[in-house]
Amino acid sequence: MSAPTLPIPSADPVVTESRGDAIVFEDVAIAFDQNRVLDGISFRLARGECKALFGIAGSGKSTILKLALGLMKPDRGRISVLGQDITNMTESQLSEVRRHVGMVFQESALFDSLTVKENVAFRLMEERDVSPEEIDRRVKEALQFVELEHTLNMFPSELSGGMRRRVAIARGMITQPDVLLYDSPTGGLDPVTSTRIIELIIKQRDEYKTSSLMVTHRLQDAFIMATHHFDKQTNQMQSLPRGQQGEVPMSFLLLQDGKVLFDGDAVELKKSQDPYIREYIS
Amino acid sequence: MELELSSPAEFAKDKILAIQDYAMLAGRAMGNLFKRPLYLGDMMQQADLIGFGSLPIVVLTGFFTGAVLAVNSAATLGRFGSLSLIGQLVSISMVRELGPVLTGLMVTGRNASGMASELGSMVVTEQIDAMRALGTDPIKKLVTPRLFATLIMLFFLTIISDLMGLIGGNFVSTLMLGLNSREYWTSAWQTLVFSDVFTGLIKPVIFGFIIASVGCYYGMSAKGGTQGVGRATTQAVVAASVLILVVDFFVTRLLYVLLGFH
Repeated sequence: MSAPTLPIPSADPVVTESRGDAIVFEDVAIAFDQNRVLDGISFRLARGECKALFGIAGSGKSTILKLALGLMKPDRGRISVLGQDITNMTESQLSEVRRHVGMVFQESALFDSLTVKENVAFRLMEERDVSPEEIDRRVKEALQFVELEHTLNMFPSELSGGMRRRVAIARGMITQPDVLLYDSPTGGLDPVTSTRIIELIIKQRDEYKTSSLMVTHRLQDAFIMATHHFDKQTNQMQSLPRGQQGEVPMSFLLLQDGKVLFDGDAVELKKSQDPYIREYIS
Repeated sequence: MELELSSPAEFAKDKILAIQDYAMLAGRAMGNLFKRPLYLGDMMQQADLIGFGSLPIVVLTGFFTGAVLAVNSAATLGRFGSLSLIGQLVSISMVRELGPVLTGLMVTGRNASGMASELGSMVVTEQIDAMRALGTDPIKKLVTPRLFATLIMLFFLTIISDLMGLIGGNFVSTLMLGLNSREYWTSAWQTLVFSDVFTGLIKPVIFGFIIASVGCYYGMSAKGGTQGVGRATTQAVVAASVLILVVDFFVTRLLYVLLGFH
């Protein structure tokens, strides 16, 4: 399966929404105190696809995730998530949409007064129609997925940065959302832990076919995701043969000066002759 | 930190926006009481923290306020040979004014600061955003339980403070001034009329609303890391304390008019 891609830079991009789209941004703009962070962003994330967002610090990558979740409202443009226009939704309407979307925050954002189990189970406990036995089972399952089942009764402050990030992934995926948003999931982590987290994201993509937007500064993480798939039998990610690389649902989106500079797959990115892109990926 | 000067128009706009945000937060927090889920568990936990947790300071404050009131008034009343009126004076002062205001100020220092720092920390560490992302309304989950727990607990804390003030006054009257304890309690009890008790019990409900809504507002609007949390905490205590004293004046005057008290 090849990653659905969009044409590379377009001055006035118009995105056509299809039934298969998980997220669609159309001409979205937002400014903070006269500083225009996003200025007419358009892209679409197909169902089952993973899109890595790149850009220099302050280019609005995290803002895109917060807009996609309705945590911020755009000044202009339209955002739709899973076929629903969320641009002007009220907080209670957004709560419904958010049930189908998970997010892993930059600094994990775990509730520091709750245990790992309570953090992971938070969404299920809030739903109030899930039995305690079912909650226990699903929490254990989610923690097994990130290989942290022994941390059930620990507090976030007792965990390392990498473990906190994995608990955040478990919390984000416990209800098996249709879309997962990752905000720098490997930021500030050592290479071994980073690879482990990337492996989990690949596992989530390939096993559960979850659509995801991933903000990252590490280009190599996204290239690993574009060249590896998750092998269920070995329970590890495996490199794809050379001819099949680029056949996983993975795409790249590069931001520059509040606009989309590039939106396409790994092959197109490598072929790009744009000087900024060449410098960025070199 | 660089000092930024804003124009009077911008300053006024910011203040009006802040009042609007505060009013919306308080309104939504109140309205949530009629929507499910109710978070009764969180409400009970907050009631325990605010009510039972504030008990020692409220008991001590009430007792010593009543005692010092008796000591100070003894000199003046003694000059007119009216030392027996101490019970009345302590009773009226505590129930109408000092009990509600001092308890309000004590709980402000302890809980408005706690709410602002706790919620502020959650804001700057993105825990509030995470809660929204997980489909939970933070106002319903965090602000409403704090608001109603403070409102209810301050009512009972004020009653305890009033009682402790009277006990403090009795302690001074009997042990230091040699007055009859029974006489003290009789005069303290008989002097109170409906309007005194009503005024003294309506105030803590209003003050409780001020403490929690101001504390939560400053917490939820904290910006700028740990420094921002510290600033929010200080602002919450100052704003709630000043607001209590200002509102106390207007409520007292209003109740005087409404209850036809002169």
